[in-house]
Amino acid sequence: MSKALNTFTNGLLKENPTFGLVLGMCPTLATTTSAVNGMSMGLATMFVLICSNVVISMLRNLIPDKVHIPAYIVVIASFVTMVQLLMQAYLPSIYETLGLFIPLIVVNCIVLGRAEAFAAKNGVGLSALDGIGMGLGFTLSLTVLGAVRELLGSGMIFAAGDYAGLTIFPEDYKMLIFVLAPGAFIALAYLMALINKLRK
Amino acid sequence: MKQLIVAPAPHAHSGDTVRRNMLLVILALLPAYVVSVLEFGWGALFTTLISIVACVGTEWLIAKYILKEEPTIGDLSAVLTGLLLAFNLPSNLPWWIVLIGAVVAIAVGKMTFGGLGQNPFNPALVGRVFLLISFPVQMTTWPLPQGFNGSYVDAATGATPLYYLKQMVKGGDSDAVNHLPDLWNSLLGVMGGSLGEVCALALIIGGVFLICTKVITWHIPVSILLTVTLIAACIGWTGMLPEGMTTGQYVAYQLLTGGLMLGAFFMATDYVTSPMTPLAKLIFGVGIGVIVMVIRLRGAYPEGMSFAILIMNACVPLLNKIRPKRFGEKVKTTK
Repeated sequence: MSKALNTFTNGLLKENPTFGLVLGMCPTLATTTSAVNGMSMGLATMFVLICSNVVISMLRNLIPDKVHIPAYIVVIASFVTMVQLLMQAYLPSIYETLGLFIPLIVVNCIVLGRAEAFAAKNGVGLSALDGIGMGLGFTLSLTVLGAVRELLGSGMIFAAGDYAGLTIFPEDYKMLIFVLAPGAFIALAYLMALINKLRK
Repeated sequence: MKQLIVAPAPHAHSGDTVRRNMLLVILALLPAYVVSVLEFGWGALFTTLISIVACVGTEWLIAKYILKEEPTIGDLSAVLTGLLLAFNLPSNLPWWIVLIGAVVAIAVGKMTFGGLGQNPFNPALVGRVFLLISFPVQMTTWPLPQGFNGSYVDAATGATPLYYLKQMVKGGDSDAVNHLPDLWNSLLGVMGGSLGEVCALALIIGGVFLICTKVITWHIPVSILLTVTLIAACIGWTGMLPEGMTTGQYVAYQLLTGGLMLGAFFMATDYVTSPMTPLAKLIFGVGIGVIVMVIRLRGAYPEGMSFAILIMNACVPLLNKIRPKRFGEKVKTTK
């Protein structure tokens, strides 16, 4: 039981994909312009991560070693296509905002990394837990980063589509740089420094 | 009794200190500052005061409570950063924007990397570019000079000459010639612009003073100014200028307006963020000159001096690979 718990919390804290492993930086920097965008990206990745971990874990004794990466990618790509079509159908506004970054989940290092490092060596139950833990860790990091950037960059928090979100300070005081690329790097760097400091 | 200190050579010390150099640079900036105060009045004094106090305060707080080391504000480098940041801002900027800029300049631009001597980018320019991207409207609303007559908040504003220079070549707007200040006014600084950049003459005097007192060498400013002159002259020779504008006038406007003089003499020559050897300094200067002209002619912003210096700052570790020959090193002979 403690092994299961460890597997689950591993992705949340010790090996947090964003702040611990520093994996999947491309969607982390590009999609966290707001808390809701970050969270949607995290949840989409989490879905793919859990499903691909489970399926790859089931197939781990069947997939020949020589072609394991192409085989994993096919499994991952199938789930990404599913997420993409589902979001297009039911969440069109978020789908529009995230755009290219949904299909790019295929090449996210976290998904392939967990398939290689965990699902290929462990049972189905543990792999699912690892997927949930890692996925939650990623979602949480992206939401926090998105919230910081949204707050500093637009004065609001949790704005999405027509919903205006909570206005923390008036728009005149917003610092546009945090919604742009340089702000992503600055916010990520300082959050990472803070988390490293707190971990010690 | 004096303590016996055992140390490797060199033993002679010229008595030169960080504090002395910073003091000389501040002294060299004073003529330009006097002109700014005469032109922009209370706004200039107020902006500078906030900027310097915020820079020194931020450095002291970070050194004392985050790095937990002896604060080094006595070396005056934070004062200089604050002064240079204020020189790069419009004088009617709201006080809280100046405050954010000063905190970013010191906290992000300098102390994050470990303090003086470790920062890869010029702190004052980090602060300015942060503000320029964050508050594009306020940062490009330039007050026109009106001395102490105008009030701090509702000063009359107008575009800088560089905007019209850009319109002339990029936008093909021949009417732009009529909006330019007269060349004498550009030299003396009677035109809209950032607080400290307007008076080219005072900046040149300050720059020459720095070169004479050996605080900086001539390589960086001269190579920047020559590169800009050459590129601007090429624009003139290729016939891209509208009627009523000669090549000579165009070159003069490019040299005398915007942040070119301030950048060339005071910002690009910062010890920490410029290369060491003469050859590397020349390459550094030419790079800044080329980038600033590319931005002025084709970029989205009317002025590109701060971006140009920051981009070349990033190349400094590479330029520092150009090293002088080691003493006693054998020169390879080719047959």
